Amino acid sequence: MVNDTAFAPWDDPQAKPLIRFDGVTKTFGNFTAIDDIDLTIYPKEFFALLGPSGCGKTTLMRMLAGFEETTKGTITIDGQNMAGVPANKRAVNMMFQSYALFPHLSVADNLAFGLKRSDMPKSEIQGRVDEMLRLVQLQKFAKRKPHQLSGGQKQRVALARALAKAPKLLLLDEPLGALDKKLRQETQFELMDIQEKTGTTFVIVTHDQEEAMTVASRIAVMDNGKIIQVDTPDRIYEVPNSVYVADFIGDVNTIEGTVSAISGENAELTWGDDTPALRATTSADLTVGNSAAFVIRPEKVAISTTEPDRHNRVQGAVEDIAYLGNLSTYFVRLPNGTLIKAQTANDRRLSQRSITWEDPVWLSWSDTAGIVLRG
Amino acid sequence: MRRFTWFNAISLTFGFAFLYIPMVILVIYSFNASKLVTVWAGFSTKWYGELLSNQAFIDAAWVTLKVAVISSTVATILGTMAAFVLVRSGRFFGRTLFSGMIYAPLVMPEVITGLSLLLLFIAIGLDRGVFTIVLAHATFSMCFVSVVVSSRMASFDRSLEEAAYDLGCTGFDAFKSVTLPIIAPAVISGWLLAFTLSLDDLVIASFTAGPSATTLPIKIFSSVRLGVSPEINALSTIIIALVTMGVVAASLASKRAIVRQHREEQLADK
Repeated sequence: MVNDTAFAPWDDPQAKPLIRFDGVTKTFGNFTAIDDIDLTIYPKEFFALLGPSGCGKTTLMRMLAGFEETTKGTITIDGQNMAGVPANKRAVNMMFQSYALFPHLSVADNLAFGLKRSDMPKSEIQGRVDEMLRLVQLQKFAKRKPHQLSGGQKQRVALARALAKAPKLLLLDEPLGALDKKLRQETQFELMDIQEKTGTTFVIVTHDQEEAMTVASRIAVMDNGKIIQVDTPDRIYEVPNSVYVADFIGDVNTIEGTVSAISGENAELTWGDDTPALRATTSADLTVGNSAAFVIRPEKVAISTTEPDRHNRVQGAVEDIAYLGNLSTYFVRLPNGTLIKAQTANDRRLSQRSITWEDPVWLSWSDTAGIVLRG
Repeated sequence: MRRFTWFNAISLTFGFAFLYIPMVILVIYSFNASKLVTVWAGFSTKWYGELLSNQAFIDAAWVTLKVAVISSTVATILGTMAAFVLVRSGRFFGRTLFSGMIYAPLVMPEVITGLSLLLLFIAIGLDRGVFTIVLAHATFSMCFVSVVVSSRMASFDRSLEEAAYDLGCTGFDAFKSVTLPIIAPAVISGWLLAFTLSLDDLVIASFTAGPSATTLPIKIFSSVRLGVSPEINALSTIIIALVTMGVVAASLASKRAIVRQHREEQLADK
């Protein structure tokens, strides 16, 4: 499975982690923001903390930056226990959600701010500032004040300022939240590019799952102060370990049922009274008779007007069609009342679409397209 | 919408006349050649000359200026610190009481403030003079500074300070190189407010001044009680001129700053 050329230090038992959370808990009064978290992040990773607001992802990041102390447990960065080390003594820099550019200083002075407070000789500071300006392509804007910059330029200054001291770890708090959608997508690739060029470990906090999927090498999905799953974007999407993760990342169909057969990775699930058992894969620890949930992504469900030659097939009627331009999502109601979403690419013009409202249709999927999770 | 009507014209005229006729009369009579304030006897600038040779007035002016500069500086430092603590320390036991106590002297009658300070100075045996006036002025103008600065602090983005820590600042360095420059306009206007309050204070100064030091408002008030002299008119005219120049300069400067910022923001969108 492990490809030697791919970047995957988390699969390598010899790899030395950069960051290690050991049983970290953080409480504010009676509220538990972080609940007994263990987590390792490796050098040069682009690690995303993903979750709804209030899940604790920002608190986790602020503990790395040194703005919050842990209530219990230890955080180690590069082998050093971070307990009691203040933010200004950590080789960690942060890019703030509001950018937090100093409004009274020019772009160049903003970039030099941290360098002047490091042990870098005065003569080298100007060179480093120029280098950072080049990195984010803002050479022409060195003399400007922050309020003379557009949103995208401010974002780049904030990034350059956080990278200027060449930290071991860069924290990004919703770095693209203030940008519009087009600019955000461009900037995502720029971020990945800069991360690769500088070789810095990035930890990004975001609530935008598309953003996390695009930029991250691994994603930690959080909920209520706990980490639900840590994995690569493709595995988070294809092999979620819980209904919560499956539901949080992208769109999903969920069918509740009972495990009727299981052998290795293959499982069968019975559901409803007059429907055939569904075949799917599983990695959950299940036995026959367990109640379980079958989940499948809408784009893995094929829709057709003729009966397909597959084991997993159900018949229903089209109730609604969401036309998104490039894609269409068909909402199909099964005779027993379950609603299943099927998504297809619109490779033909809308006028040539063969399926419309109220049409009886077949839905089908392969034996490995869906997975069975603990219910 | 901006149309000329007789009603508007008349209300404008009356409004401004109400405000400025007393001052205009004062200015005109300061150039009166006669010693009698109410009788016009031709144009003269001799009262200005006499004023300059009146050592008592000049001494009082010096005392006033000295008191104003020192007390407003002390008030600005203390008031800024108070604002910082009240805005930053979040909720602690008795916070409402503390902030209420900061603002109470604003509404306290000056006579009471003055009297209580007088009693305090007598009780601890402090000789009244410049020092006691400075203390008294710093005490009451500190509240004004704290009000002005805390309203600015409330809208201050905390992440700016966190960014400063993150980039290697110690607490004091972050305050000095990030917080203070950003809240500077509020601190400066707090200082100016304290300065003007100290300049024209009569009540508190008369409680806390001693025989060794008299401020200009006390001097003017006491000489007017013996009869209005044209010298006072001349002095008042000079004060009016200084204040007018100050106000005009300040508003021009702030207007220019706004225009410049507007132009730069337009530049940024390109």
